[in-house]
Amino acid sequence: MRVNFTVNGRRYEADDVWEGESLLYVLRERMGLPGSKNACEQGECGSCTVRLDGVPVCSCLVAAGQVEGREVVTVEGLADFAARRSQAHPGRGHLPHAERSGGGCASGACGTALDKARQWEAEPAGEETRDTGELSPIQQAFIDAGAVQCGFCTPGLLVAADELLERNPEPSDADIREALSGNLCRCTGYEKILDAVRLAAARAEETV
Amino acid sequence: MDFLRPARWEEALAAKAEHPTAVPIAGGTDVMVEINFDHRRPEYLLDLNRIGELSEWEVGQENVRLGACVPYSHIMEHLRAELPGLALASHTVASPQIRNRGGVGGNLGTASPAGDAHPALLAAGAEVEAESVRGTRMIPIDAFYTGVKRNALAPDELIRAVHIKKADGPQQYSKVGTRNAMVIAVCAFGLALHPETRTVRTGIGSAAPTPVRAKEAEEFLNAALEEGGFWDSRTIITPSIAKQFADLAAGACNPIDDVRGTASYRRHAVGIMARRTLGWTWESYRGNGRSTEGAA
Repeated sequence: MRVNFTVNGRRYEADDVWEGESLLYVLRERMGLPGSKNACEQGECGSCTVRLDGVPVCSCLVAAGQVEGREVVTVEGLADFAARRSQAHPGRGHLPHAERSGGGCASGACGTALDKARQWEAEPAGEETRDTGELSPIQQAFIDAGAVQCGFCTPGLLVAADELLERNPEPSDADIREALSGNLCRCTGYEKILDAVRLAAARAEETV
Repeated sequence: MDFLRPARWEEALAAKAEHPTAVPIAGGTDVMVEINFDHRRPEYLLDLNRIGELSEWEVGQENVRLGACVPYSHIMEHLRAELPGLALASHTVASPQIRNRGGVGGNLGTASPAGDAHPALLAAGAEVEAESVRGTRMIPIDAFYTGVKRNALAPDELIRAVHIKKADGPQQYSKVGTRNAMVIAVCAFGLALHPETRTVRTGIGSAAPTPVRAKEAEEFLNAALEEGGFWDSRTIITPSIAKQFADLAAGACNPIDDVRGTASYRRHAVGIMARRTLGWTWESYRGNGRSTEGAA
């Protein structure tokens, strides 16, 4: 079947999608967006967390057909998403979906090709993101706080933490733990991850 | 596999009538796991996400009519006053990501004995609004669970909503697991005081082939509270009454040994949870209890 939806502000069209396929599979294997990680495939680990119409969900548990006409933000679009949010609402607040623009893509060839994705190296964002290599505040905070070890859980945590701070700019420790309770880190680097979220919140407060 | 995407409820019913083997998918938190692990290859997936009304609820005089796809996160956020037991139960479901997708309709459709919503529904009192092209019927929650992962739905029926009695008194929910998040219940217990009818209702999760009420325990407690004049005096419930209630609740279990716990542990834990939830709700009823905030 064919599925049309918006990913990180761009319209995508995926063809020959198997009806039982997950959103995660479509993102990683068909759109060349390998940022969302595939680990447990049962919603336990949170490493595939994306925003679906603004709501954090495990993309491994969303059937591809269910995203028809909807908007997805992955970790690849997080910096851009955060930048647009702060432009639209300096300080805080949620960015209405209508305020995000979408580029045109009729062929499904936009995004990162699979072979290109396979050659991807851990360098500052390249052309696959539309920004200039800038990181979102939460990404920068993860780096500065040393919250990344093996990195596998990081994309899901970034998406979840970014949504927390959007909703609750001054979270308590309990709020942070709750918001990240669906994201497992098997390096057990949780303390640094909590530090990173506190750091991002503190920095946001300073700039308001 | 075919992916059916009805835009309206009537279309969903027609699709289910035409393809009774179609598997409804809403939040996907059960169905997609089975598909991802190749445990299930349904001929048809029937997506309910496009039917907006399923994600809405109405608060009436006596009941809340909760659409089948209202996610747990909305129940926690918006229905804490009307459905305190279910709101507490919702908060124990998995993680924020799962609570943003999963809802009570799916819990009922799957009908796992470990489903978190069931004890709260049993304790509050509820009816399942099941519909097919043949018509609508209301299935009392007590008659809904028919076996391990089996329910009273006919092959052509879909769950449209659940009608849950609005709380007329304190409610509590307790769940045993190895941590707070991402836990399938070892066992769970829901309890609701109904001062208007001077009754207590309960629900036990994950300690029998289906979710069940501890009916003998309820009958004993209802009689003991009436006899002792506790509803009027609002005095502390005598420890011997609470103990007998707990023992009877444990006796209502029919658990198995499995990876999450042994049968005897489950029986023991249900007794403890019965006593505690009775204590918490009764203290609330007396006017000096803990609130329902985060008490699960």
